[in-house]
Amino acid sequence: MESLIGLLVAAPLLGALVLLTGGRRLDRAGHWLGTALAATSFVLAVVLFFDLLGRADGDRTLHQHLFSWVPVAGFQADIAFQLDQLSMTFVLLITGVGSLIHLYSVGYMEHDPRRRRFFGYLNLFLAAMLLLVLADNYLLLYAGWEGVGLASYLLIGFWQDRPRAATAAKKAFIVNRVGDIGLSIAIMLMFTTFGTFAFGPVLSSAAETGEGTLTAIGLMLLLAACGKSAQVPLQSWLGDAMEGPTPVSALIHAATMVTAGVYLVVRSGAIFNAAPDAQTVVIVVGAVTLVFGAIVGCAKDDIKKALAGSTMSQIGYMMLAAGLGPIGYAFAIMHLVTHGFFKAGLFLGAGSVMHGMNDEVDMRKYGGLRKYMPVTFITFGLAYLAIIGFPYLSGFFSKDEIIYAGFAKGGTQGWILGSVMLLGAALTAYYMTRIMLLTFFGEKRWQPDAHGHEPHPHESPATMTIPMIVLAIGSVGAGFAFNLNESFAHWLEPVTGLAHGDSPVGHGTVSLAATAVMVIGVGAAYLQYGRRPAPVVAPAGSFVTRAARRDLLQDDFNHAAFVTPGTYLTRGLVYVDHKLVDGVVNGLAAAFGGLSGRLRRVQNGYARSYAVSMFGGAAVLIAVTLLMRAV
Amino acid sequence: MNDLQAPSIEWLALLPSLIVFGVAVIGVLIEAFAPRAARYGTQVVLTTLGFAGAFAAVVALAAGGHATTEAQIAGMGSLAVDGPALFLQGVILLVGLLSVFLFAERRLEPARHGTRVDSFAAQPAAVPGGEAEQEAVKAGHTTTEIFPLLLFAVGGMLIFPAANDLLVLFIALEVLSLPLYLLCALARRKRLLSQEAAVKYFLLGAFASAFLLFGIALLYGYAGTVTYAGIADVISGAPAAIDPGLASTMGNDALLLIGGALVVMGLLFKVGAVPFHMWTPDVYQGAPTPVTGFMAAATKVAAFGALLRLLYVALDGTRWDWEPVLWGVAIASMVAGAVIAITQTDVKRLLAYSSIAHAGFILAGVVAVSEDGVSSVLFYLAAYSFVTLGAFAVVTLVRDAGGEATHLSKWAGLGRRSPLLAGVFALFLLAFAGIPLTSGFAGKFAVFRAAADAGAMGLVITGVAASAVAAFFYVRVIVLMFFSEPKADGPSVVIPSPLTMSVVGLAAAVTLVLGIAPQYFLDLAGQAGVFVLR
Repeated sequence: MESLIGLLVAAPLLGALVLLTGGRRLDRAGHWLGTALAATSFVLAVVLFFDLLGRADGDRTLHQHLFSWVPVAGFQADIAFQLDQLSMTFVLLITGVGSLIHLYSVGYMEHDPRRRRFFGYLNLFLAAMLLLVLADNYLLLYAGWEGVGLASYLLIGFWQDRPRAATAAKKAFIVNRVGDIGLSIAIMLMFTTFGTFAFGPVLSSAAETGEGTLTAIGLMLLLAACGKSAQVPLQSWLGDAMEGPTPVSALIHAATMVTAGVYLVVRSGAIFNAAPDAQTVVIVVGAVTLVFGAIVGCAKDDIKKALAGSTMSQIGYMMLAAGLGPIGYAFAIMHLVTHGFFKAGLFLGAGSVMHGMNDEVDMRKYGGLRKYMPVTFITFGLAYLAIIGFPYLSGFFSKDEIIYAGFAKGGTQGWILGSVMLLGAALTAYYMTRIMLLTFFGEKRWQPDAHGHEPHPHESPATMTIPMIVLAIGSVGAGFAFNLNESFAHWLEPVTGLAHGDSPVGHGTVSLAATAVMVIGVGAAYLQYGRRPAPVVAPAGSFVTRAARRDLLQDDFNHAAFVTPGTYLTRGLVYVDHKLVDGVVNGLAAAFGGLSGRLRRVQNGYARSYAVSMFGGAAVLIAVTLLMRAV
Repeated sequence: MNDLQAPSIEWLALLPSLIVFGVAVIGVLIEAFAPRAARYGTQVVLTTLGFAGAFAAVVALAAGGHATTEAQIAGMGSLAVDGPALFLQGVILLVGLLSVFLFAERRLEPARHGTRVDSFAAQPAAVPGGEAEQEAVKAGHTTTEIFPLLLFAVGGMLIFPAANDLLVLFIALEVLSLPLYLLCALARRKRLLSQEAAVKYFLLGAFASAFLLFGIALLYGYAGTVTYAGIADVISGAPAAIDPGLASTMGNDALLLIGGALVVMGLLFKVGAVPFHMWTPDVYQGAPTPVTGFMAAATKVAAFGALLRLLYVALDGTRWDWEPVLWGVAIASMVAGAVIAITQTDVKRLLAYSSIAHAGFILAGVVAVSEDGVSSVLFYLAAYSFVTLGAFAVVTLVRDAGGEATHLSKWAGLGRRSPLLAGVFALFLLAFAGIPLTSGFAGKFAVFRAAADAGAMGLVITGVAASAVAAFFYVRVIVLMFFSEPKADGPSVVIPSPLTMSVVGLAAAVTLVLGIAPQYFLDLAGQAGVFVLR
């Protein structure tokens, strides 16, 4: 069975190689090849999953060692895989959602002349993401980490002829670079501390290591996680990343890649458990982000950007849960999986709407679409109910568990965390209802596109609706299934540990409170957007609204805090380089040049003066020799 | 009166030089008796075979242990057969062999009246531009005497580093110099410049020889003998015998110091060290480029060999006297060569000043006075000679209507027109500059390390600083070739015959091999670093 693990990665990698190097002759069938290889990976994942299920609890970790990369004394970099319950969960999510989105893309990208390349990049992403979650050491994880970053960059900028897409790709790449430095420093620290990169030895010996070192490693890992998962303060790239094709937004920037940060923190749980200060920072980052993202989501009129804010916010929940330690790890992952279903479903639904509306993204120009796109409406609606935490749908179970765990943190902290998360839940209900109402209900506010074409909304083809239906089923049922006898938490327990904190409020109370704030959120949105027609042009709005539309001024902040000083620093360095360094260098050069010009004149071409020079030289030679003896 | 005794000669140990001289004599006979049409082919083949045979003899002697355990002094104390001698003879013979190809190249000049001609004057004795010359050109004459001249010059160079006796040293000097003076005068184009260079070289060379000879006389007065071993004995205070006729002068240190300084000066003239370097740019520029390449490479090898042996075998006891002087000469050469080269506008003059700077670098290894110093100099010489030969071979190929286009401004943009050739030239320039992965780096590193180990840090620092200055003008040429717009009336690169191509290719290969994997050759030079004393 172990030998199948490598194939999980190899199948999409092969697809990427073939599709990206195969040339135009693959244009006609390339997308089906890519989809088939993604599905192959999924089938392998299911086979491995049932194999794991058939084993005893403690025997569910498989290893595959491919080869050692540069084996030298004291440095062992193995290309080796580890499949345990945590990786398995991710593998199923990645290959499952990934295959569905491959299928969806067949329809969505039908008219794009570069579809083959698109599928090549998607396959490349799958391979890198699987490498990331299957690596058995941090160095190989880093390879996958960079690989998904590359795929993300290529796919955000897939429509490279659009300046906004190209800029967004660059922005994502640069912001991620900041986070990646964190990961590389963390890995270096690990190597100097533990002498190895492998999960097993690093994590098992973490408990005996000094807390200071672990805090440093933890903070660096968190920096990496913030970059990849778009958490404050490295969140600014995610909104712009929506310039990529919608399937990309669904797969990479909602369901899988952006959750890699959560994976990293949960995988490194042993380090964080022993470094409470680092954990606190994780919690703060998660809490801030969940509110931040929700506020941004409330103000955006671009359907994809509103959903991107929501993604940020939901990952904030996961990050917060991961910061809680063993009482939160399992639920962070559980929310990650359910979120994978409903958020991917929402994005695919948004893509389907855009498909029918001439690629219009402004929700103020939608309206009344439920009659024209029934399947999209129903699947989107189910995912909507799931994310706002409608009782007994997926989000209800996973989010409530996290809120409960927040209270269970205990003390004042617990109350603060719980309240913040309840606030987040209210905001979630508000902005999701807003999206729902603006898009599917109310009057038609359709506008002709730039070329004057009136939109003719229609239901999308089966290749697009089938994935949406499947994801809707997952959005409805996954949470219930996972929560049955806490099956999901127990499945993960051997890897992440599981603890039930001591909460001042009971499970039932939390659920009730969460449902209540959800109703408040829905109601507020209904009062604002459901009862009266929404204006096509956004009203000016309050200061908060305007700030939220500008992503709470994140770009302005980055510009003022980093870009401007950086520019001045560069200018200063250039000035110093020009005046001082070049001055010295040019001065030296000029001095030597002048000297050279003078010395050159001695060479006048007359043999007689050459002879004099020789004679003088000989005289000096003799004189110095004699003088040396005399001294 | 003593009876004259027939000298005992170790013929086999002297085989390399004997072969070269023998072939040279045959070459002269061919010039005298063979029909004009047959001379070129015969001479080329014969000269090539002569050098190849002599090189084989060197290899055989080295393989027979003559470089190490069997090292000896042959010919009644006049010639050493040891590691340094054989190593340098091998290098000189290889340079000679490649020079034959450069000399024999006949595809560069446009054919005259149906005859392909080389870079040498049709009728050297004719007045430049005169009727006799035009007739000779019309008749398609060529000067095939260059091959015997080359052989004699190489023969002298083989003896030079092996000379273990001041008189043999002097004779070797003259044997190698006279053919070079002639060769310098033989350019086909710019004949007046060529003849001027030859006359200057001859006059200054004669001047230097006079100093050398005077120094030999003084040393004889000091030691009563001209053999290196005998001089060393007197310096160490254990003369073998006291000549009653010289009893008043023997052991007089003034004679030793002045004589030694004058002999060293004669050799420094040959290597082109400051302040005895003035002839170098003029002669390098005026001489036919194949001759310049040969001369720049081989003369330096031979002269440094002779200098090393003189200093290490005969004058070793006075090293405290000559070390500071050579320090000064080395520094002056490095600095003056590098600095003056900055403002040169002619490729050949640029390379001439570069060779002066390199003489300084090599002297740094000489001053180290250690086995490492000797072997580092040997390695440097081997590396440098191939780079030099290759660089001048490239210069022969860049031509316009007036022959070789040596003015630097004409080389602008050469890299765009002929990237391969410009790339190879850039490789040679980088090797001159001592950039890693070229032989120049390995050589410089070895020399500076030896000097540093011997405590000559000042020399090393100056050397590195001079290298930095020198890098400027080497890289400037590279920039000129690759990053400047080509001129509309710029020169073109002539496609040569396989002869020149093989020279350029081999030189580039040696440059890379000695740069990338120098260890084998460093070991070889290391094993060859011991002089035989008696």
